[in-house]
Amino acid sequence: MKSGSNLEKVLRAGHFAFTGELGPPRGTTAEEIVEKCEHLKGMVDAVNITDNQTAVVRMASWAACLILIQEGLEPNFQMVCRDRNRLAMQADILGAYTHGVRNMLCLTGDHCMFGDHPDAMGVFDIDSIQLINMVKTMRDEGKFQTGADIEDPPKIFIGAAANPFAEPYEWRVHRLDKKIEAGVDFIQTQCIYNMDRFRKWIEQANDMGLTEKVYILAGVTPMKNVGMARYMQKKVPGIEVPEDLIDRLKGVGKKQVAEEGIKIACEQVEEFKEMKGVHGVHMMAIEWEHKVPQIAEQAKVLPRPQID
Amino acid sequence: MIVAERKPFEEIKEMLKGYKKVLSVGCGTCVAVCLTGGEKEVAVLNAELDMARKLEEDPIELGAATIERQCDREYLEVLDEMVKPYEALLSMACGAGIQFLAERYPDKPVLPAVDTTFIGVNQDVGWYEERCRSCSACVLAWTGGICPVTMCAKGLYNGPCGGTDQGKCEISQDQPCAWFEIYGRLAGQDRLDLIKRFYAIVPWKNQKPRTLIQPGYKKPEQAK
Amino acid sequence: MRLDYPTNIKIIRVPCTGKVDVMHLLRAIQKGADGVYAVGCLEGNCHYNEGNLRARERVDHVRILLEEIGLEADRVRMYNLSSGEGPTFAAYAKEMTDNIRELGPNPLKKWAKTH
Repeated sequence: MKSGSNLEKVLRAGHFAFTGELGPPRGTTAEEIVEKCEHLKGMVDAVNITDNQTAVVRMASWAACLILIQEGLEPNFQMVCRDRNRLAMQADILGAYTHGVRNMLCLTGDHCMFGDHPDAMGVFDIDSIQLINMVKTMRDEGKFQTGADIEDPPKIFIGAAANPFAEPYEWRVHRLDKKIEAGVDFIQTQCIYNMDRFRKWIEQANDMGLTEKVYILAGVTPMKNVGMARYMQKKVPGIEVPEDLIDRLKGVGKKQVAEEGIKIACEQVEEFKEMKGVHGVHMMAIEWEHKVPQIAEQAKVLPRPQID
Repeated sequence: MIVAERKPFEEIKEMLKGYKKVLSVGCGTCVAVCLTGGEKEVAVLNAELDMARKLEEDPIELGAATIERQCDREYLEVLDEMVKPYEALLSMACGAGIQFLAERYPDKPVLPAVDTTFIGVNQDVGWYEERCRSCSACVLAWTGGICPVTMCAKGLYNGPCGGTDQGKCEISQDQPCAWFEIYGRLAGQDRLDLIKRFYAIVPWKNQKPRTLIQPGYKKPEQAK
Repeated sequence: MRLDYPTNIKIIRVPCTGKVDVMHLLRAIQKGADGVYAVGCLEGNCHYNEGNLRARERVDHVRILLEEIGLEADRVRMYNLSSGEGPTFAAYAKEMTDNIRELGPNPLKKWAKTH
């Protein structure tokens, strides 16, 4: 075991992992997190806690992680390179680990201009692949970046993102390979809507033997309505929403669109379960945490495995 | 070259409030080439200031001097006598020139009339683009001659990030994705192996003021 | 062709409006002229291809500078006509004069006289 996190145990035991996501509040209302937690308990193996998502200030990811731990859920601490230099990153990793955080997702982070402080300096002291390697060095060698020893090194299960839908497509598996070389343990992909493109990507990853070196969790976000689908299609960089998906949502009555969105997501999960090289699903039900029990039920991923 | 942009007129006017006799000092090198702080731009700014202050019934006496380079002692020397009668100096050089001017005349307020913007290239007359952040550790050899530190909005050494959108950067459709271009150029040269390896954390060399002394040369005070 | 145009206009000949510099326009106002306008060839008919287009850009630039200073942009204008359009020249001269009369005298005039 690298970290002994629940997520690591589930994946190691060969189970199909199922993770969730939760955005911290834009304030100090802990109840908001606690309430979201209620919906996720028993439904997922770990919960990603976003880090100033889309460059908008929120409660610190590590702080929200602690609330999850108190609530009996396992957090996946997201960390972006935009807001901290290597000192702050290593310090946060030590602190979060000390309080029981065992999973991390290493991300580049959206550019500041997307967020609520567009004129802030983007730090980007190191990039996401270098961050992966930094966490690995801390864990496996027990060393800081300068080479100094760490007392009781943090044992973190190291995650990263992958986006099969950003160009150049043929480069995406090589980028995955670089993350593996840097030391990543698991991958959570960008929201998948174009299944054809994803199948090609995973096939390439299989052919290169990458899916034997890293756990891949396919990213799924159910569409709540047609407007959301259009927004994702037009406005969110790196997300590809095929027109026929939008047609399918339009094809049902207005009141059934949300249900149809969930149905599509569950069909995706069914396919991922059978897909070679996919080891689980990362369900990003954005501001829709209360729907996760229904989605988990419908996607037939319950009960979640209990491993000691 | 170093590219600078003239400050908004209001800001310059505000800086000069209370001064009655000011020398505008242009620079004949980089900022002259980019049409910001050469002889002609000094004349335009002085004409503007002259008129604006007269309209406020508060005239100002303005002198003009454009020297070859403000970042070079050799050229600054000619100003030594000239600056004496002036209350303040308004420099149109880059930040380096302005500071060198201020260093030479420490009893004079030296004010910036331009914002130094970047090290860039001349795409066309009046059109300049940034190309270098002077990081002190050039990686262009393995990035296909495209700088990831400058041209990638996140300065990534292992790009492209997930935000690249059909060859454009996530920040704007007008901004090409540097890593998309690096990939394209290296693919064309059959040199993709260069970026297949993961590039380790960078020891930043630009976090403190830098000095360069060429082999065989000494610092001026040592040379005396 | 004998045409009347306002007598208060001082004509400065240049080989091409492309020769007209920002400083020329600015200096005229600085020295107390109530207005100044460039008359170039029709767009697309420049003997030097883009002299009159450059002139228009410079005129536009000076208009911005005047506003920064606190003067009316309309004291500086650009007109285009062909060499055979005498009546149009006279019409533009009248139009510019009317425009300036409406704006009133250049407040910098009194400073110019003291020099």
